[in-house]
Amino acid sequence: MTEYFLLIISAIFVNNILLAQYLGNCPFLGCSRNIGTAAGMGAAVVFVVVMASGFTWAIQRYVLVPFSLDYLQTIVFILVIAALVQFVEMFLKKAAPPLYKSLGIFLPLITTNCAVLGIAIICQRKDYGIVKTLVFSFASALGFMLALLLMAAIRERFELSRLPQSMKGAPAGLVMAGLMSLAFFAFKGMIS
Amino acid sequence: MVTSSILVLLGLGFLSAVILGVASKLLYVKEDPKIAEVEEALLGANCGGCGYPGCSGAAAAVVAGKAGCDVCVAGGQEIAERVARVMGQTVSYREPQVAVPGCSGGDRATALYRYEGAMDCRAQALLAGGGKKCGLGCLGLGTCVRVCPFGAIHMGPKGVPVVSPELCRACGKCADACPRGVIAVLGMTARLLHLNQTDDCLAPCRQKCPAQIDIPRYIQNIKRGDFAAAVQTIKERNPLLLVCGRVCPHPCESVCRRGAIDEPVAINPLKRYVADWEMNSGTRLPVALAPDTGKRAAIVGGGPAGLSCAYFLRRLGHHPVIFEAMPELGGQLRYGIPEYRLPNKVLDWEIEGILRLGVDVRKNARFGRDFTLESLEAEGFDTIFLGLGAWQGSNLRCENEEAKGVLSGTEFLTAVGMGAKVELGEHVIVVGGGNTAIDAARTARRLGSKVTLMYRRTREEMPANAIEIIGAEEEGVEFLFLAGQTRVITDASGQTTHLEYITMKLGEPDASGRRRPEPIEGSETRIRADNILAAIGQKPDLSCLYEEGGECRLEQTRWKTIVADPVTLQTILPHVFTGGDVFTGPDIAVSAIGQGRRAARFMHEYMTSGEIRPPERLQREMIPDTLFSTLDGYPELPRVKIPEVCAEDRLCGFEEVELTISGEEAKRESCRCLNCGSLCHGEEPEFVMIEDDAA
Ligand SMILES: Cc1cc2nc3c(=O)[nH]c(=O)nc-3n(C[C@H](O)[C@H](O)[C@H](O)COP(=O)(O)OP(=O)(O)OC[C@H]3O[C@@H](n4cnc5c(N)ncnc54)[C@H](O)[C@@H]3O)c2cc1C
Repeated sequence: MTEYFLLIISAIFVNNILLAQYLGNCPFLGCSRNIGTAAGMGAAVVFVVVMASGFTWAIQRYVLVPFSLDYLQTIVFILVIAALVQFVEMFLKKAAPPLYKSLGIFLPLITTNCAVLGIAIICQRKDYGIVKTLVFSFASALGFMLALLLMAAIRERFELSRLPQSMKGAPAGLVMAGLMSLAFFAFKGMIS
Repeated sequence: MVTSSILVLLGLGFLSAVILGVASKLLYVKEDPKIAEVEEALLGANCGGCGYPGCSGAAAAVVAGKAGCDVCVAGGQEIAERVARVMGQTVSYREPQVAVPGCSGGDRATALYRYEGAMDCRAQALLAGGGKKCGLGCLGLGTCVRVCPFGAIHMGPKGVPVVSPELCRACGKCADACPRGVIAVLGMTARLLHLNQTDDCLAPCRQKCPAQIDIPRYIQNIKRGDFAAAVQTIKERNPLLLVCGRVCPHPCESVCRRGAIDEPVAINPLKRYVADWEMNSGTRLPVALAPDTGKRAAIVGGGPAGLSCAYFLRRLGHHPVIFEAMPELGGQLRYGIPEYRLPNKVLDWEIEGILRLGVDVRKNARFGRDFTLESLEAEGFDTIFLGLGAWQGSNLRCENEEAKGVLSGTEFLTAVGMGAKVELGEHVIVVGGGNTAIDAARTARRLGSKVTLMYRRTREEMPANAIEIIGAEEEGVEFLFLAGQTRVITDASGQTTHLEYITMKLGEPDASGRRRPEPIEGSETRIRADNILAAIGQKPDLSCLYEEGGECRLEQTRWKTIVADPVTLQTILPHVFTGGDVFTGPDIAVSAIGQGRRAARFMHEYMTSGEIRPPERLQREMIPDTLFSTLDGYPELPRVKIPEVCAEDRLCGFEEVELTISGEEAKRESCRCLNCGSLCHGEEPEFVMIEDDAA
C-alpha cells in the first residue's frame, strides 16, 4: 500500500510531469488563461493519459517486445496515441455526449501533448506492471492538472495587474512557470 | 531490419486507419443539418452572451428546442427572424434593450489613490473596494469597454463609459463585468418597473419625488434642447405631466442642492414647459408599449392614481379598464382643483393620450352600486386596483353645522367643476388652511363674493402651498388667523347669517409637530356669513366596499383608508391593490401617480409570475449622506420668474393664472441644474483622466 501511496505522491508533487519534468509545456501555457479552460483541459488529459498508458503498455508488451521491435517504441506510441485520441473522441461523441461536450475541443489538442507520450514511455522505462502503470499515469495526469490549475489561477490575477507591455502574456507566463517549478523543487528528495 | 520496421509501421498505420474508418462508420452521430444552417444564420460573434458555448452551441440548443429563435442576444430582431426562417417559426416582437451607464462622472471620478496599480475595475473593487470617493459610481478603468464584443462602449471625456446605442447589442457582458453595477442592460419594461434603490445613484430630487421621476435626466435633456427626450423621460414615471407641471407642490424643489447656493432649480416649471411644448406641437409623441400579455386589470376610480396605474399596466402590455363613478375622468384634478389652476382642456388632452394607448373606460359606473369586487372577478379581471380617492368632506364640527348655507368645500368645488350654477351669498367664510380651503376661497372670489378664510393657526402653519396663499391674497381674499368656529347663527328661516368664532393662541407642539391652537375663553366674536364652506379635511368614502350584507372582504384603518402593504400596495386580497388618497388619506397628486405606478408594477408581477417579490434595498427615506447644507464654488444664477396673469384680470373668470416660461428661459433654467448624483455633481470642473503610463 505504501508503495502505491509513495508512487502517487511522487507522481503528483515530487516528479510533477510539468514542473519537474518539463513535459507538456504547450498546453500549460496555451490553456491556462482561465480556470474554466484549465479544468477542462486537465480533465481531458487525465482521461487520455490513463487510456493511452494502458493501451501502449499492451502494445509494448504484446507487440513490440515479442517481435523485438522496441526501437520503434517512440514512433509507434505516437501513432497509437494519435489514433487512440481520434477513436476516443468518436466514441465519446456517440456514447457519452455530455462528457464529449465538456471535454470538447481539448481532446484533439491532446494528440500533440508530449506529456501523454512522456508518461507512457516513463511507465515502460520503469518497467511498471499494468496496475502500476494505470495508477502512475493517473497520478501524473492529476499532477498535470494541478499545475495547470495553479497556473491558471495565477494568470487570472495577472490579467488584472499592471505589467510592462513587453512582459504581458507568454513572457510573464514563462517566468511564472519557472518560479512555480522552483517552488516544486522543494519537494525534491522528499521521496528518494 | 529496415524493411521489417517499415512493414510494421505501415501495418500499424493501416490497422489504425481501418479501425478508425470502421469506427467512424459505426459511431457516426447524425448531426441535424439544421444546426449548421442555424449557425450560419447567427451572427458568428461567439460572444457567449446567450449563455451557450459559442454560436454553434446556441445553434444546437435552438434545433434541440432548448432555446428560442431569439437566442442570440447580440443579433436583435433581424437575426431572430433569420433563425426563425430556418426553423420554420415566426418570432414575436423582441423588446429592444440597450446598455445604460448609470453614473455621470462628477467628482467621484477623482481618484483617491490607486491600489497597487490595478488597472481593471474588477481588480480595484476586489482589492480596495475601488479607490474612489463615491461608493456607488463608476471606477472609470474601462473594464466594460474592454469586454464589449461589439465595440459599443468607449470612455467619455468625463471618465465614465459612453454607450453607442446603435452598436450595442445588449449582450450584457458589460453589466456582468462591472463590479459596481453601474452599467445595466435595460429594456423599457425593466425601466418602467424599476423602483429607487439605496444603491442607485440618486440626486436628492429623485429621492424626494413621490413619482421617482429622473429629474436630472430630463433637465439635461432640456439643456441639450431635446424636449421630446425630456417628455419621454418624465413619461417613464409620470403620465400626467401637464397636470403636475401646473399643480404639483414640487417637494423635489425643497431638497434641490441648488438651494444651498441660491434658489432651487425651477424643476416643475421646466416640466410644465416641455409638457406644454408637446401639447402645443400638435402631435403626440409615440409611447412605446410592451407586447400584449392578454391579462386584464380593472381600475376602479379614474383619478391620478387610477390613470397612472392604467397607463403603466398598458405600457407593460396588459389591458386595463377604468371604472369611474363620475361622468368624466380625472378625479380631484377635475372636480377639486379649479379651472383657473388646471384648465379642463389641458386635462382632457392629457387623459386622451392615456386612453389612446388602449385603455378602456366605463364612466358613470359606481363601485358598490353598479358593480362589486365579485362581479369584477366574475368578469374575468386578473387584478383589481382601487383608487377611490378621499371624497367625503368633513362637517364644520361646530354647533348648528347643518344650517342652510353651510357647504363642504369639496362639494362646492365639485359642483363648480361640473359646471353647475352655484349661488353664493355676498359674504362667504371658508374654514380651513389647506389647498381645498384656498381653492374654495379663490373660486368663491371668482363667483363675486367677499371671501374670508378662517384658520385656527397662523399663516406659517397653513398646509396650503405658499404660492396659492399669495395668489389668494392678491385676489383679495381676507385672512382671519387664530380663529376657531364655535357656532353657526341662523335667522328665523334657518338661513345662515353669522359664524361665531373664538380667538386662539398657539400652545405646545402636538404630534404633527405643529403648535396646538388653544382657545382664549370669552373671546367669542361674530362675523357675517351668508355661506360657510367647510374645508377641514376629507377622508375616503368606503361605504361602497360594503356589499349588501355589510361584510367587507377588505380591511380598513381608523382613518377609513384601505389596509395594504406599504411597499407592494397589495391588500389582504392578493389580487386587489390600492393606492392614492384612498390608501394614504388626502395627499398630493404626484403621490397618487407614484403609487399608481408602484401598484402597476406589482400587479404586473402578480399577473405574469403569480407571486410578488419586492426588490431589496428600496429607498424610502432621504439618504442622509446625500443631503448637503452648503455647496461652494458655484456662481449664483437667478431663478426664472414664472409669469402670471395680474390679479385684477384674474377675477374676471377662470382663465389660467400661471403661465408658462419660454423655451429660452427653459434652457437657461436647465443650466442652473447641477446634474447631481448621490454625492457628486455632473457640472463639475473638468475631470482629468490619469494616464496609464505602462500602456
Ligand atoms: C380642492 C383640492 C385641491 C387640490 N390641489 C392639489 C394641488 O394643487 N396639487 C396636488 O398635487 N394635489 C392637490 N390635491 C390633491 C390631489 O388632487 C389628490 O391627492 C389626488 O387627486 C388623489 O388622487 P386619487 O386618484 O387617489 O383620488 P381622486 O383624484 O380623488 O380620484 C378618485 C376617483 O375615484 C372615483 N370614485 C370614487 N368612488 C368611486 C366608486 N365608488 N366607484 C367608481 N369610482 C369612484 C372618483 O370619481 C374619482 O374619479 C387637491 C385636492 C383637492 C380636493
